[in-house]
Amino acid sequence: MTYQAKLRVWRGDAEGGGLRDYTVEVNEGEVVLDIIHRLQATQAGDLAVRWNCKAGKCGSCSAEINGRPRLLCLTRMGDFSEDEVVTITPMRTFPVIRDLVTDVSYNYEKAASIPGFTPVARDADGEHRMQQVDVERSQEFRKCIECFLCQDVCHVVRDHEDNKKVYAGPRFLMRIAELDMHPLDNLDRRKVAQENFGLGMCNITKCCSEVCPEGIHITDNALIPLKERVVDRKYDPLTWLGAKIGRRPHP
Amino acid sequence: MADQAVEKHFYDVVVVGAGGAGLRAAIEAHEQGARTAIVCKSLLGKAHTVMAEGGIAASMGNVYAEDNWRVHFRDTMRGGKMLNHWRMAQLHAQEAPDRVRELEDWGALFDRTAAGLISQRDFGGHRFARLAHVGDRTGLELIRTLQQRVVQLGIDVFMECTVTKLLTTDDAMVGAFGYRRESGEFIVWQAPSVILATGGIGKAFKVTSNSWEYSGDGHALALRAGATLVNMEFVQFHPTGMVWPLSVKGLLITESVRGEGGVLKNSEGKRFMFDYIPEFFKAETADNEEEADRWYDDHTNNRRPPELLPRDEVARAINSEVKAGRGSPHGGVFLDIASRRTPEDIKKRLPSMYHQFKELAEVDITKEPMEVGPTCHYVMGGVEVDPDTAAAKIRGLYAAGEVAGGMHGSNRLGGNSLSDLLVFGRRAGASAALYAAEKKATPPEVTDDALAQARQEALAPLERQGGENPYAIHAELQNTMNDLVGIIRTAGELQQALDKVAALKARIANLSVEGKRRYNPGWHLALDLPNMLTVSECVAKAALERQESRGGHTRDDFPKPTPEWGALNLICSSSDGAVSLTRQPLPQMPDELATLFQETT
Amino acid sequence: MTTTAPAPAGTGAPGRARIAARHLRTDTWWVQPAITVAVLVAFIIYSTLRAFENANYFVAPYISPFYSPCITKSCQGSSFPELFTGPSFLTPAIYILVVPLGFRLTCYYYRKAYYRAFWLSPPACAVAEPHKTYTGETRFPLVFQNIHRYFFVAGLVFNVILTYDAVLAFRDKNDHWGHMGLGTLVLLTNAALLWLYSLSCHSCRHIVGGKLKSFSKHPMRYKFWQVVSRLNGSHMKLAWVSLFGVALTDFYVRLLATGAFNDPKFF
Ligand SMILES: Cc1cc2nc3c(=O)[nH]c(=O)nc-3n(C[C@H](O)[C@H](O)[C@H](O)COP(=O)(O)OP(=O)(O)OC[C@H]3O[C@@H](n4cnc5c(N)ncnc54)[C@H](O)[C@@H]3O)c2cc1C
Ligand code: SF4
Ligand code: SF4
Ligand code: FES
Ligand code: FES
Repeated sequence: MTYQAKLRVWRGDAEGGGLRDYTVEVNEGEVVLDIIHRLQATQAGDLAVRWNCKAGKCGSCSAEINGRPRLLCLTRMGDFSEDEVVTITPMRTFPVIRDLVTDVSYNYEKAASIPGFTPVARDADGEHRMQQVDVERSQEFRKCIECFLCQDVCHVVRDHEDNKKVYAGPRFLMRIAELDMHPLDNLDRRKVAQENFGLGMCNITKCCSEVCPEGIHITDNALIPLKERVVDRKYDPLTWLGAKIGRRPHP
Repeated sequence: MADQAVEKHFYDVVVVGAGGAGLRAAIEAHEQGARTAIVCKSLLGKAHTVMAEGGIAASMGNVYAEDNWRVHFRDTMRGGKMLNHWRMAQLHAQEAPDRVRELEDWGALFDRTAAGLISQRDFGGHRFARLAHVGDRTGLELIRTLQQRVVQLGIDVFMECTVTKLLTTDDAMVGAFGYRRESGEFIVWQAPSVILATGGIGKAFKVTSNSWEYSGDGHALALRAGATLVNMEFVQFHPTGMVWPLSVKGLLITESVRGEGGVLKNSEGKRFMFDYIPEFFKAETADNEEEADRWYDDHTNNRRPPELLPRDEVARAINSEVKAGRGSPHGGVFLDIASRRTPEDIKKRLPSMYHQFKELAEVDITKEPMEVGPTCHYVMGGVEVDPDTAAAKIRGLYAAGEVAGGMHGSNRLGGNSLSDLLVFGRRAGASAALYAAEKKATPPEVTDDALAQARQEALAPLERQGGENPYAIHAELQNTMNDLVGIIRTAGELQQALDKVAALKARIANLSVEGKRRYNPGWHLALDLPNMLTVSECVAKAALERQESRGGHTRDDFPKPTPEWGALNLICSSSDGAVSLTRQPLPQMPDELATLFQETT
Repeated sequence: MTTTAPAPAGTGAPGRARIAARHLRTDTWWVQPAITVAVLVAFIIYSTLRAFENANYFVAPYISPFYSPCITKSCQGSSFPELFTGPSFLTPAIYILVVPLGFRLTCYYYRKAYYRAFWLSPPACAVAEPHKTYTGETRFPLVFQNIHRYFFVAGLVFNVILTYDAVLAFRDKNDHWGHMGLGTLVLLTNAALLWLYSLSCHSCRHIVGGKLKSFSKHPMRYKFWQVVSRLNGSHMKLAWVSLFGVALTDFYVRLLATGAFNDPKFF
């Protein structure tokens, strides 16, 4: 059951670095994060890695394993054959701090720039009333554990550094969709979605949905519906015409 | 030699911790007009609160209109075996519903009742269905909502910074000192008010549902600053953690599995919980399988199945079965829902458990039983605070959340922690802001000497060569606590543990780590270790002292609760690194509340 | 415009971990885009050939979807008026195909497929794309992808026509009702698949209910939205199957028209 696995881990920082080879013991049922921890405890005490829950709930341990963005704690060693070299690198879209740890402040800045939740008033008796069917769409998006793997894989910023200025990324476009579908929210974010957060940059190629560890249908349920809502607001000639002749206000 | 510069910041209120308690405290302090900063070890939104599953307990009465704060108060006190600070339990029960409601103003989306209100679910020890929830990810909803609120308000957050020392002058807070994990640079926040919201201590144990953050920092920081800890002997072991594969040993399996009909069996296939019904709960617990099974459909005419006894009872029973040689192959017992519910039902009601086992253990819980065993989950003990203001025994220091003690007595009910965070987080934030406003005229001063000393202490392990490996010492401590200060305790083993902890304490004076200051986990662990050792010592000492069994503290040599101990709290304090214990009478509950316990069940 | 070096503006940007490789994937990520290219190219070649063939598209009572509605004289029995009077090098198919082509070209699924497979933007997840700059669908011409919903509506008109064609296929050569051949079945299946494809469209999902803020206030539209959402989950599958459906239907009609095959008759 126990075997020696061949690991190749990126070590270094912003100044430079490279892939380094290690041989580490693996026991039955272990995940990549266990192996990284064993490496830390036995061979590389200063190997930098983020983690918290080790249960796929906090979204801290994001990295790339054999070139694919994944959570270290949800990737089982059993997914690889015993003689396969497992390559582990930090996320390649964000600046590296050290080893597997990257500077994810891009994400926090985008989060802060989105117009916040703006609720309607409570009912007279002090309650908010919402039906289950009305909260479910936004609830799916609120499953997000902010691992930023979708942000990492999205080619809009992964392959084009300068797009970071104008593009919020799938996680935060989904946040706009979440608020737009929130039964209590009172703000129209469709225009800013397109103009300030770069929804039009997304070409719906679905890599975000492919890597999401929470299985959120980011593209189908958030991005495309948001694009359709933006069309209602910005591109639909009928709406536009209607607004021009003043028969129909912006919906 | 690295440069001597220390990054300096000035605030009215500094909140250490960005879990539910810390975030709620910061929101309140900010709203009261205080310049507020939040400091946390991880990234924002990753604190332990994110892992909570079941729900937030609050007697909103959305499902059972007869529910009210008095019932909740009573359940909480009974769950804590009457050792709770009555005033905390009262404030908690009274204020929780409003705290939950205001989350909705900040964007939270709880599951709904048919009337469109927040839905509430059943949980162990709560008389009525009262846990506001979102599927099995309530903690995520809570932390995300508060996080988004904090960001919207523009409160400063210092992520990935660890506080290593609280700074005091003349027994009053003047600030907090720490380092940036990312760069290893030092940083000081000068402020008259500091709120501790650092969570628990579970990482001192080997089998635990807690993360690396739970190194008891807040407990130790408070103790060293001159504050006191209460109830440290009470550590909650959740009865159902995963036991296999080893890699995930300790990972939590939610109580809802049993709530949904799951039963515990030993290797002989017997539902053993019927053999472990204590006198105290006989009247309300079914004594045969037929009645227990009928309960799920008919609560009124049947008594609860024994699998749903409080956590401490179930954890002890599992422990006994394994000790008697009737355990599962990997040293647990079987939790079986496969033979009791249809696969469709299981997948619908317990989606994340289904996935957890599928992904991490390759077990299909709709076909096979799970192997489960107790896991260290929560510490009831914590900083001794004034219930109304959350103030610790040092001027300007406040504590809220898991790091504060008293609220849960000897055993916490499921769901009562998240509500605790909100109620006392808010109270701590308000009183910290008020105190800071009073101190406006005399801003805190931190001396260069104090900074230089804090720096020196933190850098020591990096400068030493060829000393002890922090990972090895951590592993030894975890084994010690697990084996000797676990669910079942005896005087001999506790004494052994104390000796061991003393020896480790001596060894950590000689820690050394490889590498440099930039994001170096070895160094980070080296700085967390003294905290874990301090809290471990408190737990073991208090556990040795308390010669009875109650809630989260079970002594094999004193198996029964006693009235004398039921009237006493144990208080830890420290001077010059040595922990000492004092006995303190329980605060007296006013008569109007005491009468609540004379009613029949 | 394109280069294969690891983009200095992308994963090679300053500050990011220095890794020379464009990607470190070890799986066969290129298979998917390769299949997409192969199938789409095959379809384009076939449909172009057929569109210019301008023959063999009608054999009573069946008409090829490429040439329906029939707007020339060559389909006896068809009840559509003769509209086609254009220059002879433009076949009717070219007029007709604009709509289904536009519909599919702006379809959210096909966009994904061809952006990935043809434009390599990106070729596969976490595999660097070769372009130096990228503006997505924000500029001309791609900003016009936003009019997909109009193609959707136009596509529905064609679905009606093709359904009508399928109904007419229950008449025999002499316009007498009560016939059914394999061709009838082929036309029916084709129409059904096209309906499923259209109804599973994202724009359709938006129009029937997705645009609403509150479902509970519009229970009927919520029901529709649920049905469309369920179909939408299979939109990719339906996109491919219906594409094959159209090509095979046309091919079947051609087989009959050229006499290479005799339509088996059920009744
Ligand atoms: C798996 C699991 C499930 C649970 N389910 C439930 C449930 O259903 N219902 C319920 O009520 N309770 C539940 N609990 C318990 C509850 O989640 C925790 O008790 C609660 O979240 C603790 O919150 P907190 O705000 O006190 O601390 P935490 O959320 O743990 O936050 C601690 C914060 O302090 C910071 N910190 C710590 N030390 C330092 C330092 N030295 N310097 C700077 N920052 C520091 C950390 O970075 C972190 O931000 C569960 C617990 C677990 C583990
Ligand atoms: S679908 Fe859009 S947001 Fe998602 S990865 Fe592709 S381009 Fe990025
Ligand atoms: S949407 Fe999914 S992939 Fe993106 S941050 Fe959230 S959990 Fe991670
Ligand atoms: S450690 Fe929390 S998601 Fe991996
Ligand atoms: S047809 Fe594919 S999305 Fe509209």
